[in-house]
Amino acid sequence: MGATSTETNMADPNATALARYRNDFLKEVEERVEEGPWVKMCMQCGVCAGSCPFGPHWEHSPQKIFMMIRAGKRDEVLRSDSMWMCTSCYNCVVRCPRQLPITQIMHGLATYAHRLGLAPKLQPTRDFSLQFWDNCTRTGRVNELKLTMGVYFKDGLAAGIRKGWEMRRVALGLLKSGRLNPFELFGGHRCKDQKGVAAMLKKAREIEEQRKRAPG
Amino acid sequence: MARKEYAFYPGCSSQLKASASNYLTSVNAMCKTLDVKLTPIPDWNCCGASIGYAGAGELQRHVLNARNFALAEAHLPGQDVVATCAACWLNARESKEKLHGSAQLLADTNEALKEAGLRYEGKADVRHMVEVLIEDFGYDELKKPVVKPLEGVKFAGYVGCQTNRPFGIAGESFENPLYLDKLVETVGGEALTKYDQKVTCCGGALAFSEPEKSQKQIRDIVEAAYDQGADMIVTPCPLCQANVEVYQSEINQRQGTKFAMPVTYYSQLMTVAYGGTAREAGLDGHLIQPVKLQELAAKK
Ligand code: SF4
Ligand code: SF4
Repeated sequence: MGATSTETNMADPNATALARYRNDFLKEVEERVEEGPWVKMCMQCGVCAGSCPFGPHWEHSPQKIFMMIRAGKRDEVLRSDSMWMCTSCYNCVVRCPRQLPITQIMHGLATYAHRLGLAPKLQPTRDFSLQFWDNCTRTGRVNELKLTMGVYFKDGLAAGIRKGWEMRRVALGLLKSGRLNPFELFGGHRCKDQKGVAAMLKKAREIEEQRKRAPG
Repeated sequence: MARKEYAFYPGCSSQLKASASNYLTSVNAMCKTLDVKLTPIPDWNCCGASIGYAGAGELQRHVLNARNFALAEAHLPGQDVVATCAACWLNARESKEKLHGSAQLLADTNEALKEAGLRYEGKADVRHMVEVLIEDFGYDELKKPVVKPLEGVKFAGYVGCQTNRPFGIAGESFENPLYLDKLVETVGGEALTKYDQKVTCCGGALAFSEPEKSQKQIRDIVEAAYDQGADMIVTPCPLCQANVEVYQSEINQRQGTKFAMPVTYYSQLMTVAYGGTAREAGLDGHLIQPVKLQELAAKK
């Protein structure tokens, strides 16, 4: 896929985005973030704010985040830890009087922040999310053991062993009941047409980047 | 020919030796009794789950789900796709709705699918196994094969999030869905209808990345089951099952509780009520033994 000539500075996507949208953060969200065009529909009723299972751990509720987007608080929103607290429970979505797809917007904002390099470092859910995707797309199916090991060892070997040790009862239990297969580490479940899966995902990424780059 | 046939999407957690393999075992036994033929979609792939978002783009997620639909349409024409996992069902259904709402997205998806030699036609529907039971059979039909009613066993019906929101089961409310309790009663068990953590989130995939925050949720879910005098929890979701069962020992250790509340699947209840063995019901796959069900299964 040939790069379009309008934007060459792909090295720093954040600088590119800043140059393009200047102070119009709402427009940036509308064009770049999944389901972004819905943000302006929020009527600030606050129903979503009381719906999150990890509510006390959200510095900014979805309602506040939508308000901050409209107020142009770009840095505060994109560097926020809040969106990463979303458990995809869809509690807010079924209650919102304006029917905003809040879950997707939270995931979309988090993903966008991650791609711009602004997401908080060492955010555990970000790490897990990336590993999950990597794990599922490498073979087309999720390998639960590799996934679990990856999460434990992300902070290095010693921390990983400590964590694994803390969780040994869980792992041993799963092993004994036949629900965790150690041989997954050496291959395990996968799609036969891994090549096709990889090719279609690569193509999808290219198409999406092309669309997001097109003048809005 | 079987009474009903479906294109089956088992999902990653139901694979052999994976965390919900006993769910699959019991679904197979239940379907055998009901004369349902489940043919796995050849070479199905992961749905991307809700948690894969940071690595995935929007289109990539839809393409993954469209691939499964395309394979089902090509190999099992005319059959509905049936998922047993809440997340698989939700993600497939969400993708389908998006693709049907946007000609551009549909065209882009098919352009990407071409790389795998496939095409999404949008013919097959995706349904949860619970929908199949309730809509294609109905409680009366599901009751007929019961030979061993689960008399005297008290169940806290834990529906959780993703089988309930945002789509849910037709005709049910989001705040108090009744189908799980009705299924329990259909097979002769006692449904604890006052159980108040029915639709609480277990933390989902964040049980891995935010263990303490999730364990607080799980503690509420288990505690409320004890408050109602439950013998066990029953759920339709593999992630709920795993989280609520597996982390009880951690919670005990960290917080000094003495939790040992079994967590089972609706399909295990049905298998036992239909006269299946403990093995057929996947009752050998638990960390906390569902003793009352095991005893019933062992009884002649
Ligand atoms: S519930 Fe909907 S309308 Fe109300 S504040 Fe939240 S997003 Fe806005
Ligand atoms: S889906 Fe996410 S944003 Fe919505 S209530 Fe649940 S945790 Fe909060």
